[in-house]
Amino acid sequence: MPVQEIYDAKHGEKSSYITGATGDWELIIGMEVHAQISSKAKLFSGAPADFGGEPNEHVSLVDAAMPGMLPVINEFCVAQAVRTGLGLNAQINLRSVFDRKNYFYPDLPQGYQISQFTYPIVGRGEVRVDLPDGGVRVVRIERLHMEQDAGKSLHDQHPSMSYVDLNRSGVALMEIVSQPDIRSAEEATLYLEKLRTILRYLGTCDGNMQEGSMRADINVSVRKPGGPLGTRCEIKNVNSMRFIRQAIEYEARRQIEIIEEGGAIRQETRLYDQVKGETRSMRSKEESHDYRYFPDPDLLPLVLTQEWVDEIAESLPELPDAKKARFISDYGLSAYDASLLVADRDTAKFFEQVAKGRDAKIAANWVITNLFGALNEAGKSIENSPVSADALGRLLDLLADQTLSSRLAKDVFEIMFATGDAPEKIVEERGLRQVTDTSAIDAAIDAVMAANPDKVAEVKSGKDKLLGWFVGQVMKSTGGKANPQMLNDALKQKFGL
Amino acid sequence: MSVDTDTVRRIARLARLAIADEMLEPMAKELNIILAWAEQLNEVDTSAVEPMTSAVQTTLKKRPDSVTDGHVQGAVLRNAPLAEHGFFVVPKIVE
Amino acid sequence: MTDLTDLSLAEARDGLRARRFSALELTDAYLTAMAAGRELNCYITETPDRARDMARASDQRLATGGGGALEGIPLGIKDLFCTKDVLSTAASHILDGFIPAYESTVTANLWNAGAVMLGKLNLDEFAMGSSNETSFYGPVINPWRRAGDTLKLVPGGSSGGSSAAIAARLCLAATGTDTGGSIRQPAAFTGIVGLKPTYGRCSRWGIVAFASSLDQAGPMARTVRDTAILLGVMAGHDPKDSTSVDRPVPDYEAALTGNIKGLRIGIPAEYRVDGMPQGIESIWRKGAKWLEDAGAEIVEISLPHTKYALPAYYIVAPAEASSNLARYDGMRYGLRVAGKDLTETYERSRSAGFGAEVKRRILIGTYVLSAGYYDAYYLRAQRVRTLIASDFKAAFEKVDAILTPATPSPAFALGARNDDPIGMFLNDVFTVPANLAGLPGISVPAGLSEDGLPLGLQLLGRAFDEETLLRAAGVLEEAAAFTARPAHWWRT
Repeated sequence: MPVQEIYDAKHGEKSSYITGATGDWELIIGMEVHAQISSKAKLFSGAPADFGGEPNEHVSLVDAAMPGMLPVINEFCVAQAVRTGLGLNAQINLRSVFDRKNYFYPDLPQGYQISQFTYPIVGRGEVRVDLPDGGVRVVRIERLHMEQDAGKSLHDQHPSMSYVDLNRSGVALMEIVSQPDIRSAEEATLYLEKLRTILRYLGTCDGNMQEGSMRADINVSVRKPGGPLGTRCEIKNVNSMRFIRQAIEYEARRQIEIIEEGGAIRQETRLYDQVKGETRSMRSKEESHDYRYFPDPDLLPLVLTQEWVDEIAESLPELPDAKKARFISDYGLSAYDASLLVADRDTAKFFEQVAKGRDAKIAANWVITNLFGALNEAGKSIENSPVSADALGRLLDLLADQTLSSRLAKDVFEIMFATGDAPEKIVEERGLRQVTDTSAIDAAIDAVMAANPDKVAEVKSGKDKLLGWFVGQVMKSTGGKANPQMLNDALKQKFGL
Repeated sequence: MSVDTDTVRRIARLARLAIADEMLEPMAKELNIILAWAEQLNEVDTSAVEPMTSAVQTTLKKRPDSVTDGHVQGAVLRNAPLAEHGFFVVPKIVE
Repeated sequence: MTDLTDLSLAEARDGLRARRFSALELTDAYLTAMAAGRELNCYITETPDRARDMARASDQRLATGGGGALEGIPLGIKDLFCTKDVLSTAASHILDGFIPAYESTVTANLWNAGAVMLGKLNLDEFAMGSSNETSFYGPVINPWRRAGDTLKLVPGGSSGGSSAAIAARLCLAATGTDTGGSIRQPAAFTGIVGLKPTYGRCSRWGIVAFASSLDQAGPMARTVRDTAILLGVMAGHDPKDSTSVDRPVPDYEAALTGNIKGLRIGIPAEYRVDGMPQGIESIWRKGAKWLEDAGAEIVEISLPHTKYALPAYYIVAPAEASSNLARYDGMRYGLRVAGKDLTETYERSRSAGFGAEVKRRILIGTYVLSAGYYDAYYLRAQRVRTLIASDFKAAFEKVDAILTPATPSPAFALGARNDDPIGMFLNDVFTVPANLAGLPGISVPAGLSEDGLPLGLQLLGRAFDEETLLRAAGVLEEAAAFTARPAHWWRT
């Protein structure tokens, strides 16, 4: 894709410059993301689109390109592409055409891929990426089109033969092409994460990179700030966030080194070698490909009605940017907290359930700090959280009505997470109620004071810091249940401080 | 637009056809005869016309998203020149 | 008793229902004829056991008064149709040993109607040709010969096996496919009836694709009635083919009323080509007179872009073919010739597997789609195609059907056009425009040339108006009273 204009976002430019031997360099990055459309069946055949399966099990004769086979389009996949376009605030092209992209490869049984070249289903849109320093990078989307995925080859089973599995052949993909608006490796991963979030919100792609549901081709070039554009190289098929960052960083350095040593960048396609941590040229791409695109004569142009598109628009869920804005305005959350909560649609839903009728900031805090922390450590996700939103909410109620101190609440939470039990049950069975009875607290204090006359004397003689020791001891003797505030007040009173 | 032997070689490679060296010249000649004959299309004023997208005027038929196919591994591999463990076996692909 | 193979499809159908003879007897009569007719090389694969099994099953159904529209009728199937568990080759070396696990929609329709499969008929390789000389399995010989001559003649193509087999009574009727004239031209060369339906009338699913926007399956038979009966079974919407049209199939046989009073028949000026043989000119005039005598009105019309149809076709068809034939790569089925690496394996397999004509067309097609040439050739040809379609649209405001010769000459000798690709292309000059416009066309035997070879007349109709076409063709057929048959020289 030719670079027509560079959107010189004012934000954060200098901080993302790379320093070379001859000064600063600016990184210009564009990404082409291939996202598998979530659907039951493939784009042009009725075979299942599921991940995995025995080799060549999820393959119909159409996918295997037997003689005389013909494509028939899956209406739901079209709707998913439109849904995605709307979620990217993009133009929906009511008329689009399927073109054949012709080339030979064993994982491409037809000898061509059905794609969209001249008239894609979705036109220009944008993705707003929140940057860590609070700014926003607007990454413009050039287009989105539908196309078939190819099969898979295994090269390591035999010295001179490859094994081909066509299960993925024909699965529906969306290719989302950005303008070269990205300026650093970090921004690239943030962009991809945001895109992934949007797609998951829409339910149009599950964004599972390990399973190959989402992968990126990255176009990288470098230039002196304000200078003319450099020659770009394309790094193909990077399938993890970590590799994306590493690949970009390596490639940027590689290009800068070449230029600074007086060489020129050769426009080429490269692969990221994750073992060596480098990009290398793809040998088979020496000859520039002539794909001989032409409209697929087995298919007619795809014509949508505005009514149909509007119906889809009406069914869209609230998207992350809108939800984040609402969380900030309605719940009074910070932008940072709001971002964390909206990163996943299920998490946002969980939070809102917890926050309903309660203090939203406390709810946010508990979800972000306590729940996320426990989930991460246990390797679980919000979908299989042992603590439900309802249960967490009731825990917060116990905190609010003083049944629990915040320390006790943390303890109860841990037990809830480990056992899945209700907070009330845990409090009851383990007697974890907070002690707010002043006479009980006084009695506990008296007991500790009586047992430790020397320490009492030290405090009375001026060692105020030992008060903390008393706090600890009383807490211990009450099984952690003494209300901290009341304990502090009572201690101070007893010591006359 | 004239086709020379280099072009024939390039086109043949794109089409994965091996044309013997001694056949390049005759093939170029044949192609040129046909292409020259086709040049008469330039006599037609096509400026006001759209390319024909389909012989039938109708809308693209769509199908619902249900699994109605697949699980025919036997049929898929039945005519394979070489197959093993459910895979097609092909000459190694060098990346 | 009359030789059972002398009965037309309609007569055989009626005879079977009346139980005058059994389906097995009818099939056996054809199997015997086929065995005696091998010199013509009409069949690539004969399926006698299967045919007998199917005939027996038909007899059972007929015995209880049941049965479909083609119950017990023995047919030959052009080997471009994939038939389940039966070798399907497209007359190409590259599909060596290919046994499909699936049945094409059109042939499935035939078997569901009770028809019997005699075997797979020869054709030009991948349907590319007008003489059936490019088949990997050798050429088909036309049962017709010039008077007083034993020179082998071509049966036309690409459905040469189908047309020759019908003419030589080696099958009762057959399927063909027509991309640029491959049903109508061989029908004319062998004195039989061949119909190319409107694009989208019959399903393309399971038919080896040549040029997707032009290919159409169609019936070939001895009479117009037979053709109508066959079309009724072949036609119909297929959800597996996105270009298949969802329209009900009318009763084509019922359309043969014989009444064409008031029908307006167009005679296109541009179809009078230079150097057209006398015989063809005169049969064309005779045809117009026959229709006029039956009450039709003859109207002079103009189809101004006619001469550009052939060059447009020879850009569009090879372009689509070059892409459709990419799947024949030695990886998943058919011939594989191993090379030192993947690229060499592709090249060796495809070069050994495809014949010269197929390779030539793939190269042209690849060229006209390649970077820098797409606009100048392919796009331009597709624009010209729109103009050709509009020519017909305008003409059909004034007329209901168009009468033209089917071919610019009668059948020529084997090998006569080998060094003349353009000359070979010109065989299709009258038939190609209908493919480009997606319109139906039928060829009806109308008379004999000076040398005693069949000459055909073509009628073209509006989209999905095969009924008018068949009705007018029926009138031509009756007026022509074409009863000539080729001398039976091939029987041992």
